Amino acid sequence: MTAPEYIYPEGRAAFPHDGLVGIAGLAPHEIWFLLDEAEQWVELNRGAQKRRDLLSGLTIINAFFENSTRTLLSFEIAGKRLGADVVNMAVATSSVKKGETLIDTAMTLNAMRADAIVIRHQSSGAVQLIADKVDCPVLNAGDGQHEHPTQALLDALTIRHAKRAFNGLRVTICGDILHSRVARSNILSLTSLGANVRVCAPPALMPADIERMNVTVFHDFEGALKGADVVMMLRLQMERMEGQFIPSPREYRHLYGLSQERLTLAEPDALVMHPGPMNRGIEIESNVADMIDRSQITTQVEMGVAMRMACLEVLTRKGRKVEGWA
Amino acid sequence: MSQHAPLTIVNGRLVLPDGTITPGALRSQGGFITALGAEVSAQDGDTVHDARGALIAPGLVDLGVFEIDKPAFHFGGITRAALMPDQSTPLDIPSRVRFAAQSGKPDFWVHPLGAATRGLAGESLAEVALMREAGARAVATGRRWIGDSGTMLRLLQYCAMLDLPVITHAEDAGITGKAVATSGEMATRLGLPSAPAEAEALAIARDVALAELAGARIHFRNVTTRAGLDLVRGAKARGLRVTAGVSPAYFMLSDLAVAEFRTFAHLSPPLRCEEDRKAVIAAIADGTIDVVASGHDPRGAEDKRLPFADSAPGMAGAETLLPLTMNLVRDGVIALSRAFELLAANPAAILGVNAGTLALGAEADIAVIDPDRPWIVDSLKMAASAGNTPFDKQPVQGRVLALFKGGITIKTKRVTA
Repeated sequence: MTAPEYIYPEGRAAFPHDGLVGIAGLAPHEIWFLLDEAEQWVELNRGAQKRRDLLSGLTIINAFFENSTRTLLSFEIAGKRLGADVVNMAVATSSVKKGETLIDTAMTLNAMRADAIVIRHQSSGAVQLIADKVDCPVLNAGDGQHEHPTQALLDALTIRHAKRAFNGLRVTICGDILHSRVARSNILSLTSLGANVRVCAPPALMPADIERMNVTVFHDFEGALKGADVVMMLRLQMERMEGQFIPSPREYRHLYGLSQERLTLAEPDALVMHPGPMNRGIEIESNVADMIDRSQITTQVEMGVAMRMACLEVLTRKGRKVEGWA
Repeated sequence: MSQHAPLTIVNGRLVLPDGTITPGALRSQGGFITALGAEVSAQDGDTVHDARGALIAPGLVDLGVFEIDKPAFHFGGITRAALMPDQSTPLDIPSRVRFAAQSGKPDFWVHPLGAATRGLAGESLAEVALMREAGARAVATGRRWIGDSGTMLRLLQYCAMLDLPVITHAEDAGITGKAVATSGEMATRLGLPSAPAEAEALAIARDVALAELAGARIHFRNVTTRAGLDLVRGAKARGLRVTAGVSPAYFMLSDLAVAEFRTFAHLSPPLRCEEDRKAVIAAIADGTIDVVASGHDPRGAEDKRLPFADSAPGMAGAETLLPLTMNLVRDGVIALSRAFELLAANPAAILGVNAGTLALGAEADIAVIDPDRPWIVDSLKMAASAGNTPFDKQPVQGRVLALFKGGITIKTKRVTA
């Protein structure tokens, strides 16, 4: 474990939030606290006996209104390793398809007395809307183009394991920034922890006034890569491309694909990250994704389970009447 | 109307069309204003209303509302409203226009705006002349912009021939797409689909050029950006028959109001940046903006208690139209008399109706107003059919004490402290 860079108070004051809707609104020491909490779960998950029944008897509902494989699985495993009863609500077969409103769905979930609800939804702000209506902690597993806080936390945990500190760290985030909740949450957490964040995309995929979020804007990938300590590639979200944002995937690859040759522009020990799922051969070349010494892509998935265990465990402390948290 | 007794409103301050506000009384007979001034007094048999020093002003003429919501209009001193064609079935055929034109009488007059194109789809022209016969005072493109420049030109030429104003929504749809917010830091942080504010100026530039070509009268219902207002200002300077309106939200609020995904601030066009808000105020002050209208669009929870991008745009604005415009008077942006040009005289002139001013022979649509009376907007207690206001819990000043339509009493509010 790294030496603590941030001091945080004892008990609930360390993380006085009822849920995790976004990184926005979290203080740096609160982020740091969650990262520290995750370390024990990283260790547990690496052992043979992966279960600790802290949450036994608790019900966690994963309500995913938008398709997901890895995030859903990650939350499900996290909940089960903590001993909770985890229920996945599949929207394809739910009453949402019958026209039930989001608020009514939220009230229904609330009436079932879940101890935590994990939500993914295709609309920005949907998770906050539900969080306002239910009594238990709500965790945002991605809302539209707004936030994906556990992804940013697991990315920070991954970076911390490799780089130990964030201050002055040069992190380049490249790809479809416009449609990316991962980018927004990462920008918020990394800048909050002191990293210098660069964002890189063609103009059509760059949101307006993003520099107000304390990042440096690049359109040329080579410039953005120079001297980078971390290179975070985002998936080209073909399903969100309603208009012609880019001429073609192959042209995108030509300008923004991360190749071994381009990676030499970054620091020699620069980390390569990707939230997945990857489009190999578009935003990232296979041989870069698979670089054993550099690619953190599978580590990110590993950290994801630990990070989500930490979030679930911390956020249910109040309900479990843990000393100092009730 | 003639069976009603004549009405005399005494002891008030008359808001006169020449811009003066003078103590006096007003008398109406047969639904029309027949006497005005300091010497006017009630005659035997008159219904007498004592204004107790309050303003005697023309009833407001609300140019562009989405629902006929009489309690809200009467609360707000509105006696006539131009109904947007965007109804559950669009006002795109004469029979619907005729029905809408009768729907408010006798205590409220609805001036339907005929749909410019069938189904408001922006493709083929609706039966504009027949809708005019049925009572349409203007045609409107609704919440949408006509994307095809050829269609828009033919519409403007046709309406120029009929001398009907065309009321248009000024946002280039190719740029806005499915945007629900103005591009900028707020939309970026919230991850909302957004479009640059320049979409407005692009639409206005094209439509001014087409209106000039066609010799048509064009009214931009909401002009909300500095660039758009500059274009309107330029067009007016060249003598074109261009007018512009705005809703109070655009001079009261910036896009900061959508923070925390507040859907009551989801409007169309979307709220703009602070600089544009100030430009709207400047344009009201210098006369570039002719009309302030409510855009009244009450929406219940089923339309508003949704994720921001999934919610319907619009606000219930009828009750706050007058007090929010009074803010401009108190802030010294405009004179009190000019407020009533924006709220009544100018919209009436655009619609070509004999109302909106206290002139002899005009219809006696009268609001008795205390422009300073304080009250607090409360979305739970509104007269409107829904309380979707971004001004909830905000203290405002300006209240309608009594309202008369065609010389007939609609309401006299009991004055409580």
